[in-house]
Amino acid sequence: MDDIIQLAYALDTFYFLMSGALVMWMAAGFSMLEAGLVRSKNTVEILTKNIALFAIASIMYLLMGYGIMYPADGNGVIPYPDLSFMFGGDNETADVLASNGETYYSGMSDFFFQVVFVATAMSIVSGAVAERMKLWAFLAFTVVMTGLIYPLQGYWKWGGGFLDAAGFNDFAGSGVVHLCGASAALAGVLLLGARKGKYGDDGSIRAIPGANMPLATLGTFILWLGWFGFNGGSELKLSNIEEANAVALIFVNTNAAAAGGVVAALLAARAIFGKADLTMTLNGALAGLVAITAEPLAPSPIWATIVGMMGGVIVVFAILGLDKLKIDDPVGAISVHGVVGVWGLLAVPMSNSEATFGAQLLGLVVIFAWTFSASFATWFIIKKLFGIRVSEEEEYNGVDLSECGMEAYPEFTGGRSPGM
Amino acid sequence: MKLVSAVIKPFKLDDVRERLSDIGITGITVVEVKGFGRQKGHTELYRGAEYVVDFLPKIKLEIAVDDSLLEQTIEAITSAAKTGKIGDGKIFVYDLQHVVRIRTGETGAEAL
Repeated sequence: MDDIIQLAYALDTFYFLMSGALVMWMAAGFSMLEAGLVRSKNTVEILTKNIALFAIASIMYLLMGYGIMYPADGNGVIPYPDLSFMFGGDNETADVLASNGETYYSGMSDFFFQVVFVATAMSIVSGAVAERMKLWAFLAFTVVMTGLIYPLQGYWKWGGGFLDAAGFNDFAGSGVVHLCGASAALAGVLLLGARKGKYGDDGSIRAIPGANMPLATLGTFILWLGWFGFNGGSELKLSNIEEANAVALIFVNTNAAAAGGVVAALLAARAIFGKADLTMTLNGALAGLVAITAEPLAPSPIWATIVGMMGGVIVVFAILGLDKLKIDDPVGAISVHGVVGVWGLLAVPMSNSEATFGAQLLGLVVIFAWTFSASFATWFIIKKLFGIRVSEEEEYNGVDLSECGMEAYPEFTGGRSPGM
Repeated sequence: MKLVSAVIKPFKLDDVRERLSDIGITGITVVEVKGFGRQKGHTELYRGAEYVVDFLPKIKLEIAVDDSLLEQTIEAITSAAKTGKIGDGKIFVYDLQHVVRIRTGETGAEAL
């Protein structure tokens, strides 16, 4: 019997680690997606933001975030943080065997699986504020978001806090990760302002096309792949027939929702603009994935497809709507992760009878209210102390030069001629 | 000697080059340019926002020729580059004062 316990522990730990590795790969997906949707003069900066935020998130979560989000104790609203994680330690074999299946995975693997989720939430912000924010202002915000803002609302749901007690359902994080990231992004964008020239005084909206559609598409496919870890890993266990079946269904539903999102966004763009729009289609895939993230297990595959399709339609209108409100979001992050995140949360009761609209509404309002206000305050302080926006001339020349002193495509943008 | 400068549609470059080669022209300089005449641009769509592409990509050729070849050169370019649709381009002819072949130092007609 001990052998079975050992094997199951190893398998479930392995599963956590591999799922976490897949979610880590989403960082590459975000990097490529964002790099493809900004102009070439702003590419180095956004790539720097993406790799730096992943690193900062990893460290801040290790130092304090994990301890806040999964404390040994708390009163439901305020966690009593356990800050010893950084010093290491894991389950003793004897304790695991004695727990008779209750302790079924390595503590370290749980951290690893969780830390990649923080990074995902944070990277949502980088796309929305692209092309005009100071790099170091963004990184300063990252420290606060990954060390405190995200972990606290994470505690309220996944750490066993009051949202969990209230019956709020969020399987893999449409709310805790995606809506949270989008709320922080919205707060930043409102304080930052739109890119110069994006909106005309007469109400016109100017297109600012992205530099590299292949990268944007690659990024989307990478995110799609990583999402199997994001949703699949959130089942948290694999090592028996029921769990294995559940994980398999989650994979199928995740894929189905993404596919539904693609088709719906593609058709919506065709209907509204008269032509297919690749960038809307890519956003549609992500919208489908965000939508199903709150509940990828309960629905049937066909219902998952429909949930994804609704996400794909919503995201197209949300993107157009935000532009009409003059909220400039170069990659559609707030629409994909925020607006569709709300849809994902509210769709849960339609397939999960244990969820209620009331609890879902409570969860989404609390997550938004906390994240938005804490983020707004943080951005505001950073703005007052150091400023968050580059100068007009720096914005014109590109943040690659002003923030990074480097070009992404030196041979093609005139910095250096080919042949030398 | 004359310098013939022709702005043509990019996809016509190969045809023009072949015709010029047929009449004995062996040297051309090509540069990618943007421009518009009476053709004007077109509108594109990006995430619901329209933008006008005013400057259209064109190719500019420069060929240095002896006066005796001028008429044939113009005829060759015109016939090869013409599509009959708006935006076919223009040919400009300049007087060429002096020509030097860098490798040998030859000047004038021998350098062409």
